Amino acid sequence: MFNLKGKSALVTGASGGIGGEIAKILHAQGATVALSGTRVEPLEALASELGERAHVLPCNLSDFEAVDALPKQAVEAMGAVDILVNNAGITRDNLFMRMSDDEWQSVIDVNLTSTFKLCKGVLRGMMKARWGRIVNISSVVGATGNPGQGNYAASKAGMVGMSKSLAYEVASRGITVNCIAPGFITTPMTEKLTDDQKSGILGQIPAGRMGDAGEIAAAALYLASAEAGYTTGTTLHVNGGMAMI
Amino acid sequence: MSDIADRVKKIVVEHLGVEEDKVVENASFIDDLGADSLDTVELVMAFEEEFGIEIPDDAAETIQTFGDATKFIKEAS
Repeated sequence: MFNLKGKSALVTGASGGIGGEIAKILHAQGATVALSGTRVEPLEALASELGERAHVLPCNLSDFEAVDALPKQAVEAMGAVDILVNNAGITRDNLFMRMSDDEWQSVIDVNLTSTFKLCKGVLRGMMKARWGRIVNISSVVGATGNPGQGNYAASKAGMVGMSKSLAYEVASRGITVNCIAPGFITTPMTEKLTDDQKSGILGQIPAGRMGDAGEIAAAALYLASAEAGYTTGTTLHVNGGMAMI
Repeated sequence: MSDIADRVKKIVVEHLGVEEDKVVENASFIDDLGADSLDTVELVMAFEEEFGIEIPDDAAETIQTFGDATKFIKEAS
């Protein structure tokens, strides 16, 4: 099950907690992986840990020219992009009434617009191959909202609507488009939360703990696999029960 | 029939799975040849590759019939 031998995957945000785990699990199942992210050092470290079939493609997703070039670079490196995992994301939290246009726009640009551009960039190859898997990493807050995260929640909810629309369009070509909505996962991003915030969050999670990145990676592996060919336009919520939707 | 028209016809026949004699000058990809909107995108992709040309999105939207396609490609290549 879930054998990805011969498949090529582009993973954004691979220098981060969840993205790194996704890249590892796809690679472990036989895929060739292109690791993208802004910080080259952790990407290089991960690539050398993985050994063969790993390519480093640094990209700043707020630079749209670089985003447009990334799918082409991935095809040059791997020959194709069969699997795209849009995992990269940023937060710039602020109370809605205090949120600047720049805080809004930068989060929308990196989280939503770059996802749109990367999906568009890989579709041509997937259409020709009559096979493709797009996995967009959304967030539970895209469904539930979260104070201080109007921009982030909008970007993550936008991803869900965009993925469903695209899923409609390309389903007949063997391409699936799905989202994963992680709850609170132990990563550098959630490390930024204060202890008070953390204990507040834990009280809302029936599982009584934060999730770990490997639990998101497992969901990504499923959605990237041939076995998930009939699963499209869905959002897989992986959140310890904190939002049963 | 010119070489370009032959090559375009071959792509249309293969991609849409239609009889060759249905692919006439005024045959609309969508109304006459059973293409959906995504098929028309794929046809344009196939034309680009076959003829080594770039067909911008606004031009692609004007290519509705077999005749439109051959005309555009003749002018572009």
